[in-house]
Amino acid sequence: MASVETMRTPTAGDNSVQAFDVERVRADFPVLQQSVHGKPLTYLDSGASAQKPKAVLEAMDEVYRTCYANVHRGAYYFSQHLTDRYESVRTKVAGLLNAASDQEIVFTRNVTEAINLVAHSFGNSLSAGDEVIISEMEHHANIVPWQLLRDRVGINLKVVPIADDGSFRLDAYESMLGPRTRLVAITHTSNVLGTVTPMKEIIRLAHKAGALVLVDGAQAVVHSKVDVRDLDADFYAFTGHKLYGPTAIGALYAKAELLKEMPPFLGGGDMIRSVSFAETTYADPPHRFEAGTPPIVEAIGLGAAIDYVNGIGMEAISAHEAGLLAYATERLSAVEGLTIYGRAKEKAAIVSFTLDGIHPHDIGTIVDREGVAIRVGHHCAQPLMERFCVPATARASMGLYNTTDDIDVLVRALEKVKELFG
Amino acid sequence: MTDPTTADGTSIDSRIEELIGNFSFLDDWEDRFRYLIDLGRKLEPMDEALKTEETKVRGCTSQVWIVDEVRPGSPPTLHFIADSDAHIVKGLIAVLMEIYDGRTPEEILAADIKGAIGKLGFEQHLSPNRANGLFSMVERIRALAAKEAAAGA
Repeated sequence: MASVETMRTPTAGDNSVQAFDVERVRADFPVLQQSVHGKPLTYLDSGASAQKPKAVLEAMDEVYRTCYANVHRGAYYFSQHLTDRYESVRTKVAGLLNAASDQEIVFTRNVTEAINLVAHSFGNSLSAGDEVIISEMEHHANIVPWQLLRDRVGINLKVVPIADDGSFRLDAYESMLGPRTRLVAITHTSNVLGTVTPMKEIIRLAHKAGALVLVDGAQAVVHSKVDVRDLDADFYAFTGHKLYGPTAIGALYAKAELLKEMPPFLGGGDMIRSVSFAETTYADPPHRFEAGTPPIVEAIGLGAAIDYVNGIGMEAISAHEAGLLAYATERLSAVEGLTIYGRAKEKAAIVSFTLDGIHPHDIGTIVDREGVAIRVGHHCAQPLMERFCVPATARASMGLYNTTDDIDVLVRALEKVKELFG
Repeated sequence: MTDPTTADGTSIDSRIEELIGNFSFLDDWEDRFRYLIDLGRKLEPMDEALKTEETKVRGCTSQVWIVDEVRPGSPPTLHFIADSDAHIVKGLIAVLMEIYDGRTPEEILAADIKGAIGKLGFEQHLSPNRANGLFSMVERIRALAAKEAAAGA
């Protein structure tokens, strides 16, 4: 793919965002220098969790070594200093999503927690017979919390079907919206198919029907620029560890007027205004939703990851990954007996596939011996596996540090798989 | 204690030793996998009707089913029929069959399977998920043996 090759060898002195040098990027990720089973690591599982650049590791290390303390508590220097830095990450997250204010950003452990938060704090206000709409390609994290809500308050859960190529069926969705629809909870990018959903249109139609929209952005924020105001999203959740940041830190964006009306999810320290045994009043958002000591250092790490990604430029990352996706699709399609699941026109750098007569777990085990890390299994999307009548798939998911060489190594490893099981 | 040897005159330990010998003879991982896959191909076919929710083994990343039948004799022994939709898992089943098939429930329960799997070196070739799946299969076989032992097989 010429476009990728071009990006790998930028002209000297070109400092624009287009000067994406993948080898220089790779040098920022220490783990990519590792070997597995005597082979250089080929990491194609960033959709599960991305590797971390030195900038993130160093930022976290520096906090522990030089200024660690709890936040929002002490009158002493370290606590105030770290509180400022912790809160400045909220501003960075607001910038990442183009939120109107950092007060619309609630730190959560991950997308799962963010969705559970909405399912409780907003969901509990729903009544029996109200409807929540999800889609066939949701991750379990965007299915199970709504089933739990159904069990609590008796909502109806409706599921939008997807087309054979993995694209979102807007027509079916539109016909499902009705006067009882209160919330639409849909992924922005499928973790299995790579499908990028027509989110702006999904939201426009939901709002027209009087419903709110929660977007699962776990896979979307890492592949492209997200603008919650342009989308007019009501809730938008993402996680740090897929964005080259640490685990256990993510965020929920919610419109200020929604957060203001929502009761707390978890109770404890840090989320209160005053506590007495007779009555407790709660802090304003976002702190109302952040009970207990937060993952402080992880938040600093997330801030460093956002700076890192911004430094490279999301547009450059998207362009690089689009080149990789095109190359991977072309190379994998040429492997005899290989079926790709998800060929939507709008697609992120995620390729799910099966090989005729070979279980994905067998594929995963053999390519691992070649140093190739891919995900095999149901990808926490069992209903989607059922939709495509497969027990599991293999999935190569790419990030900003992947190269066309990585795809070549994967394809060679798959040839070995075929030879072994053939 | 039950007799350590069965009808074919081999002890469970000697079969384990033989397996270890066969695998250690192959020093290349690829050959080991080839051998394992080959063993799986020779597995006794399992009737599709036997593949039910009840015979399915939980804790395996791929699908695995195991059933047992008591073979009369003195003492009675257990025969297992098992299958998986993954080739490598079928190979692992074949290895477990080498060890367990035709044994009395008491022998099965007394065998040091963890030690055997360790010596076979499977853990270094298998992902933790796979290794867990292998132990789930062992647990099911041991549960079936315990049930038959209690029933007086």
